[in-house]
Amino acid sequence: MEPWEEDSPEVVKRFMYVNRKAPHGTIYALECLEVVLISAAFDQDVSVVFIDDGVYQLKKNQDTTAIGMKNFSKTYRALDDYDVEKIYVEQESLDARGLTAEDLIIPVEVVGADKLRDIMAQQDVVISS
Amino acid sequence: MSTMLHLINKSPFDRPALDSCLRLAKAGSSVLLIEDGVYAALRNAVYAAAIGKRMAELKFYVLGADVSARGLDDSPLIDGIDVVDYGGFVDLVIEHDVTQSWM
Repeated sequence: MEPWEEDSPEVVKRFMYVNRKAPHGTIYALECLEVVLISAAFDQDVSVVFIDDGVYQLKKNQDTTAIGMKNFSKTYRALDDYDVEKIYVEQESLDARGLTAEDLIIPVEVVGADKLRDIMAQQDVVISS
Repeated sequence: MSTMLHLINKSPFDRPALDSCLRLAKAGSSVLLIEDGVYAALRNAVYAAAIGKRMAELKFYVLGADVSARGLDDSPLIDGIDVVDYGGFVDLVIEHDVTQSWM
């Protein structure tokens, strides 16, 4: 048996993906979503956070027909299928943009910065885009 | 004096391009919000106040395709901002002497 085939105690790390960019002006949002979906296959403890312009990624009713870009907003609905259930949106970011949870394409947990900073502080790995 | 069309393609929350444009655009100029710049056109977001201050002196436009792409067709825009299509974009470029892109 090779060393890497030996049974090792399963290590589960807490991964947090922090989305801060609007969806279509740059590639960051789509790239991060793909990373989340890929990493979800590795049975880690995954959280996805939307702050600043990242909250716009979840806006309902996106129709990209006229700009000729992929409408990946519906793909956020797949997070649940991948057992990614910890999805946080910052209250302050929604407020500044005149948005509420009702405007978003998936159910999320809306949290204030005071709570979100505690959740962030509990992570082993934080990937921001 | 030449007429100027200002193009804003960045979110006002992400970059200060809109702030700089609003500070420096001369009365009588036009501002066209495209790509992530369209987020500045939302009536219920905090940047509505900054645009409101110069609404009387500047003419504001927003590119409809970019509004729809971002799911904002159901969101109220600031009163007085005209929605244009790609043809309208071209018309604006032709109507103004100079185009300035606030990259």
